[in-house]
Amino acid sequence: MLASMDAQAVFQARGLTKIYRMGEVEVVALREVDLDLYGGEFVVLLGPSGSGKSTLLNILGGLDTATSGHVVYGGQDLTAANDRDLTEFRRDHVGFVFQFYNLIPSLTARENVAAVTEIATRPMRPEAALELVGMGRRLDHFPAQLSGGEQQRVAIARAIAKNPAVLLCDEPTGALDSATGVVVLEALERANRELGTTTVVITHNMVIAEMADRVIRMADGQIAGSERNASRKSPAELHW
Amino acid sequence: MRALDRKLFRDLWHMRGMVIAISLVMIGGISTFVMSRVTYETLKVTQQRYYVDQRFAHVFANLVRAPESVAEQLAELPGVNQLETRVVAPVNLEVEGFDDPITGRIVSLPEFGEPRLNVPYLRRGRLPAPGHDHEVAISEDFAAAHGFAPGDRIAAVIRGHRKRLDIVGIALSPEYMYAIPPGALFPDYERFGILWMNRKALATAYDMDGAFNDVAFTLQRGASQGDLIDRIDTLLARYGGLGAHGREDQFSHRFITEELRGLETMATIFPVIFLGVAAFLLNVVMTRLVATEREQIGTLKAFGYSTLQVGVHYLKLVLAISAPGLVLGVVLGLWFARGMSAMYQVFYSFPYLEYQLDPAILLQAVLVTLIAVLAGTVVAVRRAAALPPAEAMRPEPPPVYRATILERLGLQQRLSEPTRMIVRHIARQPLKAALTTLGIAAAGGILMMTNFQRDAIGWMVDIQYGLSSREDLTVLFTDPTPRRALYSLRALDGVVHVEGFRSVPARLVHGHRSYRTAVTGLEPGGELQRVLDTALQPVAIPAEGILLTEYLAREILQVRPGGLLTLEVLEGRRQVLQVSVAGTTREYLGVNAYMSREALNRLMREGPAISGARLAVDPGRQVEIYRRLRDMPRVAGTIVRETAIRQFDEMMEQTILYFSFTTALLGGFIAFGVVYNSARIALSERSRELASLRVLGFTRAEVAYILLGEIGLLTLLAIPLGFGFGMLLSGYLALAFSSDLYRIPLIVAPSTYALTALVVLVSFAITGALTWRKLARLDLIEVLKTRE
Repeated sequence: MLASMDAQAVFQARGLTKIYRMGEVEVVALREVDLDLYGGEFVVLLGPSGSGKSTLLNILGGLDTATSGHVVYGGQDLTAANDRDLTEFRRDHVGFVFQFYNLIPSLTARENVAAVTEIATRPMRPEAALELVGMGRRLDHFPAQLSGGEQQRVAIARAIAKNPAVLLCDEPTGALDSATGVVVLEALERANRELGTTTVVITHNMVIAEMADRVIRMADGQIAGSERNASRKSPAELHW
Repeated sequence: MRALDRKLFRDLWHMRGMVIAISLVMIGGISTFVMSRVTYETLKVTQQRYYVDQRFAHVFANLVRAPESVAEQLAELPGVNQLETRVVAPVNLEVEGFDDPITGRIVSLPEFGEPRLNVPYLRRGRLPAPGHDHEVAISEDFAAAHGFAPGDRIAAVIRGHRKRLDIVGIALSPEYMYAIPPGALFPDYERFGILWMNRKALATAYDMDGAFNDVAFTLQRGASQGDLIDRIDTLLARYGGLGAHGREDQFSHRFITEELRGLETMATIFPVIFLGVAAFLLNVVMTRLVATEREQIGTLKAFGYSTLQVGVHYLKLVLAISAPGLVLGVVLGLWFARGMSAMYQVFYSFPYLEYQLDPAILLQAVLVTLIAVLAGTVVAVRRAAALPPAEAMRPEPPPVYRATILERLGLQQRLSEPTRMIVRHIARQPLKAALTTLGIAAAGGILMMTNFQRDAIGWMVDIQYGLSSREDLTVLFTDPTPRRALYSLRALDGVVHVEGFRSVPARLVHGHRSYRTAVTGLEPGGELQRVLDTALQPVAIPAEGILLTEYLAREILQVRPGGLLTLEVLEGRRQVLQVSVAGTTREYLGVNAYMSREALNRLMREGPAISGARLAVDPGRQVEIYRRLRDMPRVAGTIVRETAIRQFDEMMEQTILYFSFTTALLGGFIAFGVVYNSARIALSERSRELASLRVLGFTRAEVAYILLGEIGLLTLLAIPLGFGFGMLLSGYLALAFSSDLYRIPLIVAPSTYALTALVVLVSFAITGALTWRKLARLDLIEVLKTRE
C-alpha cells in the first residue's frame, strides 16, 4: 500500500521556508520543511499555535508563497507560479475549509456553493454537495440563520463541490462544540471516503488525529514527527 | 443570475440608506448639468433660428434725422448686404382703467410689403394694412399684461398729439426680447410696450415725413463689421448719428448673451461640486465595504476567483450604486430643462422653443459621472482586487490611536473619556475628517452662492432706489428744453420739488479705448438724483470735470481721476472736447458719466438747457400730475419710481419661496449625504466598540454622544467653512459677471447665513434621529460574538 501511495504523491514540498517581516522583526514561520501528500489520504496536521501549520497549509493551497524551497503539485512547481497560475490552481484543484467558515453572509447556503461551482471546471451540483454534508434541507437559508456546525458543513460542501484534488481544512472544528464538531468531521470523512479527495486537517486537538491515515506533528516551524495510524477511527467514536 | 451578482444586489440592499444619500448628491449634480446644458442648447438654437427667420440685423444705428435719400448712400457702403430705414418714436400710451403712466416705442413698418429686416413675428391677427394709418400691432407681453386682443383700441400720445389706434395684431421681435423701459431695472410689461405702425402714419405723427431716424443693416459674408460701423458713423455724423453698433451691443441681445453665459457657468460649477462630493462619499463607502468584506474577498480568492473577477465585482457594485443617481439625475434634468426653458421663453419673449435633446449632452453626463465615480473608487476597488488571499484571511490589525495634540497640550484633564474618544478618532483619520468637513462645507457653499444672487440684487435695488434715485416721477423731454421749463413743472398742483438734468449722448475716448454713453448734467446739491462714492456716500458734483462710474474709469477706459478724457458729443454741433476726470462713483447698474449741469451746458455752448426733470410729488396727486404731464407736447415720457420698486418686490416675493426651497433642497442633499454617510460608516466601523460600551453600562445617549459627537463637531466646523466657501464662490460669480450692464456686489444677507446653517443643522438632526434608531437595534451579544 505504501508503495502505491508513493507513486501517487500529490504534493511534494522540499526545503520550504517562510519568513515574515513584522516591522523590524523577522519571524520564521517555516524552516526547511519537506513533506509528501498522497492521493486519497486523510492527514491530520497537529501542533500548538504558532507552530507553522497554517502557513504550511496556505502555501500548499496557493494562498501564500514560500520565501524559499519548492512545492510541486502534479508536476507543476507552485513556488515558481505567478498570481494567475495560483488562481487557476486554487480554482481547479483546491478546496478550503476555514475555522470561522467564511461564508458570504449575503448569499444563501446554495448560493455560497454556487459561487464556487460557477467558476469550477467539473463541479457537482450545489444541491448534491450540500446533500453530501447533510444540509440538503437547508438550501435557502442565509448564514445568519444557520448554527455554527451547519455553517461549517455548508463551507465543506462549498469546498468539495468543485471536486478538488485536495481539501485543506484549517481548524474546521475550532469554533464548535464536541457534538457539532463530530458532525462536521463526519462530513469531511464522508467526502474523503466517497470522493477520494486528499484531505489535510489542521488541528491542535489530538483526538481528531485518531481518524487520520497519517498524523504529522509540527513544532517551531518544523515537522517534529510523522506517524501512520494502524486503523482509522470513525468520527462517531471520537469525544473531547 | 450568478451567485456573485446576487451578493451584489444584497449588498446594495443592505447599504440602501447610503446608496440613497449618495444618489441624492449625484442627482443634484447630474440634474443641474443636464438642465443647464439642455436649456442652453435649446435657447441657443431657438435664438439662432429666430434671428434667421425674422432677419435680425447685424448692425444698428440711430440718428436724429436724415432724408430718405441718404439710404442710397448707406446701401452703397462696402460690406452692406441689406438695409432698412425706419422711424422709431417714443410714445405715451393710455389704457382705460390703468392710471400709471405707460411709455412705449413705436417702430415703423414699410408702407408696402414685408419689412426686410427685424421682421415682427406675428402671433395673432395681422400687421397694419397699407394706407390704414390708425392700425397698430402691439408686443405680446404688453398685450398679455392688459388683456388686449386684436380688435381692441388704445390711445397714444405722439409728440403731444393724441391718436386712437386700432390693435390689429399681436407680435414679437428679436429686437425686443428683453425690453426694459428707459430708466428701469427690469421689464415692466404693464408700463412699457412696443408698437408697430405703418411708416407713413408714424412719420406724419412724429414729423419725420420723407426722413428716418433709425437704420438697420445686415453684413455681406466676410465683411468687416468694424469698418462698416466706422463708415456709417462718418456718413451719418451730419445727420445727428448717435453711433452705429453691432449685435453684441444691441441691448436685448446682450442680456440674453449674458444669461446664456450664466447657464454655462451653472453647468460647470454645480456638477463639479456635487460630483466631487459624490466621489468622496463613494470613496468612503467603498473603502469601508472592502474593509468589512476582507474575509469574503479572501475566501473568494482562496476558491479561485481571480484579481480581475474580484475587481470587476466591486466595480459593478460601484456602477450599481451610481446608476440610480445617474438615471434619475438625467430624467429630472430633462424635466427641469423643459420647465426652465419655458420660464426663459416667457422672460425673454421667445416666440417658440426648439427643444434640443442633444445625445451628446447625455453622453457627457454619463462620462462626467463615470469619471467622478471611478476617481472616487479606483483606490478601494484596486485594494479589494489586489488583496492577497492569505492576508485577507487574517484580521485587520487594530487601528492605531495616539494622544492628540490637545491632550499633549495638557488639556486631557478637561476632556471626559468619551470626548477623548471623539477627538482621537478624528485625529486618527485627519484626511477623512477634513474631507467630511469640506463636503458639508460644499453644501453651505452651494446654498450661499445661490442665495447670494438674490441678496445682491435686493441690495442693488435698495441702493438704486433708496440712495440714488429718490424721485417720485421722472419726466423726459423730446428735445433739450430751456431750464425755465422747470417753473411750469413746479407750478403743477402737488409738485413738491423739481430738479432738472441735462443728458448728452457722447463717446468717451481715452487713448485707444472708448465707450458710448450719455453724460448727465446734474444740479449740484440735488436731493432727488444723487451720485454715490465707493463708500455709498453722496458725492458733491464738482463745478468742473467729469465723474465716471468706477467700472467705466478703471476697466473700460483705464483712466484715473486727474486724467484727461476726450468727449465726442453725439448731438447738436458734435463738438470734440477735453474734460478732466474729477472722480469715480459707485453704481451697480449700467455705467455713467456725470457733470454739473452748468458745466455741461457751457461745454455744449448752449444756454441753460435740460433734457428732463425729476419730481418729488404729493402721492395723492400723482395720477393727476401724470395726466397733465402726458398732455405736454415736449414730454416724451414719464416714469414712476414707486411702480418700479413695487414691480421688483412682487417679482421677488413670487420667486423667493420657490427659490429658497429649491436651493435648500439641493444644498440639503449634499449636507445630508455627507453627514448621514459619515454616521453610517462610523456606526459600522465602531459597532463592536459601542456595543462593548453598552455592555459596560453606558446608556444609549452616552454611546450616541460618542458616535454623533464626532460628526457633530465636524458639522459645526463645516458651517463657518461653508460660509467662507460660499463667499469664495459668490465672489467668483460676481467677478465673472461684471460688465458695463451691471456689477453684482458681494452682498450676503443675514438670512442667507441663517438658511445655510439651518440646512446643515437639519441634515445633522435627521441623521441623528436615524442613527438613534439604529443604535437601539445594536445587538450587544451578536456584536461581541463575531470575530474582530
